[in-house]
Amino acid sequence: MSDSIYLDEARDPLIIAEAWMKDGKDVAIATVVETWGSAPRPVGSHLVIDADGNFHGSVSGGCVEGAVVTEAVDIIGSGKARMLEFGVADETAWQVGLSCGGRIKVYVERLG
Amino acid sequence: MDPYALKTLNAERRARRAAILVTDLGDGRDRIVREGDQVAGDLGAAIAKAFRSGNSGSVEAEGRTFFLNAHLPQPRLVVIGAVHISQALAPMARIAGYPLEIIDPRTAFATPDRFPDVALHAEWPQDVLERQPLDSYTALAAVTHDPKIDDFALKAALDANCFYIGALGSRKTHAKRVERLLALGASADQIARIHAPIGLDIGAASPAEIAVAILAQTILAFRSRGLDAKGAAA
Repeated sequence: MSDSIYLDEARDPLIIAEAWMKDGKDVAIATVVETWGSAPRPVGSHLVIDADGNFHGSVSGGCVEGAVVTEAVDIIGSGKARMLEFGVADETAWQVGLSCGGRIKVYVERLG
Repeated sequence: MDPYALKTLNAERRARRAAILVTDLGDGRDRIVREGDQVAGDLGAAIAKAFRSGNSGSVEAEGRTFFLNAHLPQPRLVVIGAVHISQALAPMARIAGYPLEIIDPRTAFATPDRFPDVALHAEWPQDVLERQPLDSYTALAAVTHDPKIDDFALKAALDANCFYIGALGSRKTHAKRVERLLALGASADQIARIHAPIGLDIGAASPAEIAVAILAQTILAFRSRGLDAKGAAA
């Protein structure tokens, strides 16, 4: 839990996603839906991405954000949500892993 | 995600109200559930649990997989009275994850010197609570012993349905307080929610020990929210 009782509007991914939407941007939202072992960000954490690859928030503390952003730009185009899985034991499926040894599942969907 | 769901969710979060975004991971459809909304079956039970714990996660129900993203406001503690107990309570509450604010119009008590690094208001509760209203994710502990300062805040906490309300004083002191709160228009059921004498009964004697008892009772109240009302045993 944070020290503030109010939302940090300048850094809150869901607030930023709403602002982007109002600006007419296409947006994808990535959400950590499952973690195993030592994972840097808890279930429910968000990364929000626009069609140009700009992003806010985090799903892993930096390990897999690059791959999520790439996928998200595709998903903005297709509109089809996807479930991504990352982990050290999964390097054949994904060329990125979590150095902490954990595994995470990230759901990526288009806004609207 | 449905843009309307996102707008609704952000509005609830800004207003410090709990909400859960329920997403069907099969077809991607989602909706917002507010605390108190009735949802039937296994999904409803999982939603109720997520509101209590604040934990997000997946749940299997009705042959589908749903992801529940629980957005609970940050709980906080408002203390009426810049007294010795509050000096001990302030750092403890911060460590436990309950940001604390202190309100006391007596400027000799409410000094930054006595309360370093604490949100401190040397004002009457009426004035502070008008700017920053209490809500159901706020706990209130009234520890001044002075009805002029405590009573208004206690009545406001009852009306705002604060998740925890405690008031310092013996049973005899509290009996008089009950009379005054009735006169202010509080109902007997409302007044029964006040913990007085304040704090879990751990035999606390010193101000710091009383602070532990207050904090423990606050945590218990937060983690068992809604259990009484639904008659469920965790």
